[in-house]
Amino acid sequence: MSNQAQTEIIKEASMVMQKELIASNYDALTSAPTTGRKVVNTFVPGNLNELIRCFDLLNNLPEINAINNGMRKKSGGMIMDAEKAGHSEDVCTYVKSDIGMMSQGNIAPNGKPMPRPDVLLLSYTGCYTFMKWFELLRHEYKCPTLMLQVPYQGDGKITRSMVDYVVKQLKEVVIPGLEEVSGVKFDIDRLREMMKLSAQAEDNLVWVLESSKNKPSPIDAYFGAVYYMGPIFTAFRGTQQAVEYYNVLRKEIEERLAKGQGPITPEGEQTDQRYRLVVEGPPNWTSFREFWKLFYDEGAVVVASTYSKVGGLYDQGFRHNADNPLESLAEYCLGCYTNNNMPQRVDLIEKYMNEYEADGFLTNSIKSCNSFAAGELMMMREIEKRTGKPGAFIETDLVDPRYFSHANVKNRLESYFQMIEQRRGGSKPVAAA
Amino acid sequence: MKCFIGIDLGSTTTKAVVMDEQGRQLGCGITNSRSNYDTASAVAKQEAFIDTRLTLFRRSLDDVKGLEGMVDVLLEGLERNFRLEQFLEQLQDLQDTCLKNGDDLRFAKVRKQLGGAIDETFRQLRDKVLVLYAPGGERKSDFFRDLAGSQYMQLAEAVAEEAGVPFDAMLNVYDKSIIEVENRPPAGDMIGKFPRALHRVMTEEAHSFKADEHTVAAPIKAALDIKLEETYVVGTGYGRVRLPFPKEHIRSEILCHGLGAHLMYPNTRTVLDIGGQDTKGIQVDDKGIVVNFQMNDRCAAGCGRYLGYIADEMNLGLHELGPLAMKSTKNVRINSTCTVFAGAELRDRLSLGEKREDIMAGLHRAIILRSMSILSRSGGVENEFTFTGGVAKNEAAVKELRKLIAENYGERTININPNSIYTGALGGAEFARRAVMEAA
Amino acid sequence: MSTADIIKRCEALYEDLHFTSAREWKAADPSRKVIGYMPVYVPEELIHAAGMLPLGIMGGGDQMEVIHGDAYYQSYICRIPRSTIELGIAKRLDFVDGMLFPSICDVIRNLSGMWKLMFPDVYVRYIDVPQNYTDDIGGAFYQREMRELLDSLEELAGRKVTDDDLRASIEVYNLNRALVRELYKMRSDVPWKVPSSEVYLLNRAGLVLPVEEHNAMLRDYLDTVVDVERPIKDNCRIVINGSFCEQPPLNLIKSIEMSGCYIVDDDYCLVNRWLKEEVPTEGDPLANLSSAFLHHSADSAAKYAETEEDVGAQLIETIRDNRAEGVIFAAASFCDPALLWRPMLADKISAHNVPYISFKFAENSGQMAPIREQAGTFADSIKLWS
Repeated sequence: MSNQAQTEIIKEASMVMQKELIASNYDALTSAPTTGRKVVNTFVPGNLNELIRCFDLLNNLPEINAINNGMRKKSGGMIMDAEKAGHSEDVCTYVKSDIGMMSQGNIAPNGKPMPRPDVLLLSYTGCYTFMKWFELLRHEYKCPTLMLQVPYQGDGKITRSMVDYVVKQLKEVVIPGLEEVSGVKFDIDRLREMMKLSAQAEDNLVWVLESSKNKPSPIDAYFGAVYYMGPIFTAFRGTQQAVEYYNVLRKEIEERLAKGQGPITPEGEQTDQRYRLVVEGPPNWTSFREFWKLFYDEGAVVVASTYSKVGGLYDQGFRHNADNPLESLAEYCLGCYTNNNMPQRVDLIEKYMNEYEADGFLTNSIKSCNSFAAGELMMMREIEKRTGKPGAFIETDLVDPRYFSHANVKNRLESYFQMIEQRRGGSKPVAAA
Repeated sequence: MKCFIGIDLGSTTTKAVVMDEQGRQLGCGITNSRSNYDTASAVAKQEAFIDTRLTLFRRSLDDVKGLEGMVDVLLEGLERNFRLEQFLEQLQDLQDTCLKNGDDLRFAKVRKQLGGAIDETFRQLRDKVLVLYAPGGERKSDFFRDLAGSQYMQLAEAVAEEAGVPFDAMLNVYDKSIIEVENRPPAGDMIGKFPRALHRVMTEEAHSFKADEHTVAAPIKAALDIKLEETYVVGTGYGRVRLPFPKEHIRSEILCHGLGAHLMYPNTRTVLDIGGQDTKGIQVDDKGIVVNFQMNDRCAAGCGRYLGYIADEMNLGLHELGPLAMKSTKNVRINSTCTVFAGAELRDRLSLGEKREDIMAGLHRAIILRSMSILSRSGGVENEFTFTGGVAKNEAAVKELRKLIAENYGERTININPNSIYTGALGGAEFARRAVMEAA
Repeated sequence: MSTADIIKRCEALYEDLHFTSAREWKAADPSRKVIGYMPVYVPEELIHAAGMLPLGIMGGGDQMEVIHGDAYYQSYICRIPRSTIELGIAKRLDFVDGMLFPSICDVIRNLSGMWKLMFPDVYVRYIDVPQNYTDDIGGAFYQREMRELLDSLEELAGRKVTDDDLRASIEVYNLNRALVRELYKMRSDVPWKVPSSEVYLLNRAGLVLPVEEHNAMLRDYLDTVVDVERPIKDNCRIVINGSFCEQPPLNLIKSIEMSGCYIVDDDYCLVNRWLKEEVPTEGDPLANLSSAFLHHSADSAAKYAETEEDVGAQLIETIRDNRAEGVIFAAASFCDPALLWRPMLADKISAHNVPYISFKFAENSGQMAPIREQAGTFADSIKLWS
């Protein structure tokens, strides 16, 4: 048994690569004061990583910092500090975690202090809170802020007007602003080259995400996908390293698929996949492993999730297109999951339910994230109506540990799975003693 | 005989139901929940078995000559005296424990007097209890903790003063002891207690049974001799870290509740349960299988506990709230059922000149509005609708519910069972039965 | 009409969740259409120019019990979307031909999509207002947005809307905005004559009445209220900030005044206060509306502050212009925009030594005692220690 565990660990080269990539970015960020590299803060939805790299800037994502702090169980204290400083209990816990992190010395996972941002790239995509978050950071850092408004797909489509608006802002606000901060002149060919690499990585990412259409599924498309998304949603889209990572990842998953193996979880390989689920909403980070285990224990594997599209929706055909780089960047931003309207989100989930042959639909509703949460009850009913499959609704939070109640979640999950089991034709009978 | 048992560990009470292999309910039992889940389960189960025995007694007594028309009276007296025997047994345990705890160093100075005071208090308590358990005696509660506690408090003060012992010491000793006693697994002996109880009831002056004790004792013994086999047990209740059952023996409380309601009312499609701390809206199909549910378990607003606080604030018994609300003549809108602010809201309204009964009616409406939200989220209110939980006994709550359902969903048959508190345990017992009987 | 009669009429309009006056307006002519909109701001001129009635929907308030609406929202989301859905489900809005959802926050944003699914026969549009204030960037986008809206309204109306139509509407709304400014100025100058609750009711009336009627009503009130005898009170002057979407119950506004405060400025109902200056009636109307929006609009949490200096600048300005002595931050529970904005504004006004208190409310808050206590203590502290 332990031999197998060892070989599992060795095989997961992609896991190691992914960790190293994320760590290397933190190292680059924390050594910025010494190396003289300039730092830009931006958001995961609408992350213009290729563009940022054109200016040799380092990419810092406060959402990822909050996730890190959450998984390391530090965010709770940070949030309370922020609340003591006057921030409301009701607002986004990523924001409060960030503010608390700042007040505690802004220490990165590598133990060193994060640098002050040289510019805030406020990609206002898919989430209102982003606007105020960076206003709060600007209030604190008094640094230049470049606001890129990405219109919402109110009618469920990307219009010419929207693309033109975003491109114009890129040309007249973002690019000049980044040039000024970095001292580097914009070279569109550099951007093109990186976008070609982005597209390559995206192809492999999509292959990986779609591998869960198989039975058994070789991946978990929610908890497991969090790791797969790391490079493409953060500072590595457009890099050769990301291309390599997704090559390696794809090969690993191809192998698992060929061997009929299930996803690797912290508890070991998941062989029991009696429930295939589509999941809506971000995961809880402070009890991430516990949360995953509740699914694992029940034999529930997630075959598709919407959260894995938060930083870019690639499985419906979009690829970064080097032929029209600025337009393509605009389309990328406009297409991020939370920038889609409710009918689009419902349609996408319905599609997933059918294409991935799911047994049920589960929503993890996040208390402090209205962008995802507002309307999820209706979405669930709509999906139940359209697919006939039952919906589960659990309520937790992103990084505030006070809002993750293990008992509460377990109760609802158990009830849900038992309900599905009953509807399949009764629970496993037991012979009399 | 084969017995299938369902045990429902709730936040306030623990319930058990015993069912035979045909699916008929043999007995049910209830006790207050306590920190030791194993004990709570054991006590509830034992209570259910006691009830089962009484069912079996009834079956065997129906044919006894000389008891025509008196079987109910006899059984009532038998149970009452059995309870008395139980109580006395536990009371002795409590007395011994109090004496032991009274030996604690803290009370060294008054040790001798304390021991005497404890003995005297329990002596008086025993006398009182005999009266409470006499025919026609009224008991506010049947739980040992409640009964013993209230009596002890009443008597101990006077005794303490007489004995020159600080009342605090008496309280301390009691508090420590009651927890110990309560969490001890119950002594199950029914074989001894029932005959003793039978003797008591046959010699009570209030009755004159035409049959003599000897004639009655035989069928009682025969019923006691039937071996009750615990074939399968299913536990349910709030998803705490550990229910004291192996995994295969646990069913979610939603499922148990849905199935239990179906057993009580086979045409049920929607179930509302307002518990002590949570509210559940459940949709079931024609087989009692849950198809949808919503729970509000983050916040106890509008649940039983809330009414408890209101009752405390108004210095009323829980059962008095409903009748008071029914006297209302004016609509008072209460917008928040937050338990934390219950007292403040109440005082605010009273100071504004609102009448108590009007405020009560407003509160009841507010509670039901919260339930309507849960029902709405769970899929609406289909015919028939079953209302379970302690709040279902509250006529004002039921009145508001009928109104709101009619307004928002139309004509619905509304089922309320006085034994609805056993719904979850009943469902659990049925799951237990199906697990075995349908494996064959 | 006496002020009492005017206010009585306003109260009736405010309490009427069947929107009878708007229904009657529509019924008078079969070609008429009604377009509902939610806070904070929509260019009403476009609706008016198409011959339609803009109808401001501010949720169900404290008179509406929410039964079905709660099935749509978790408990940690504000109440206005659930009471608005309740209005929809209860058929109170069955005469409304279109619903506009301005970009104010993610909840209302998502509601626009939900409305499409729930009421597929109603015209629904999400209005993305520009957050970039450069005329040929944000302005160009906004003009295209308005053009798209106008195209849809034309389709609904079955006729074209000309630039002259738009100019005429701008003129009428200019007058409306001017009258509202006059009302607020009078309120600020002689607050004892013009209670905040009356200002509020007048503004709310403007959301449901045709603008011409509202103009007449405002003029009427302004002319008559000067003569009303009301005692001068020793109240302190405060500004309310944060209540631009979900509205507090009227009792809350009255409670604040009762506890010793004159509300000399607020951000309730901003739709007819959003454009702060007269919009030109010559030239390209959409360009004018765009320019007015970009350069002369009020402030709210839904608006991006272009620079750090802009944050709270209008709040400070209004404190100064209205000689306010303090600020009450009153946000709806769970309101992301107001609650995220608050700490920054608090910092800014603290730097100017302006005292403040904060609390949260819901549109159906019933407990006024804590509000009176807080506001009262605040008023006292201002009087004693400023």
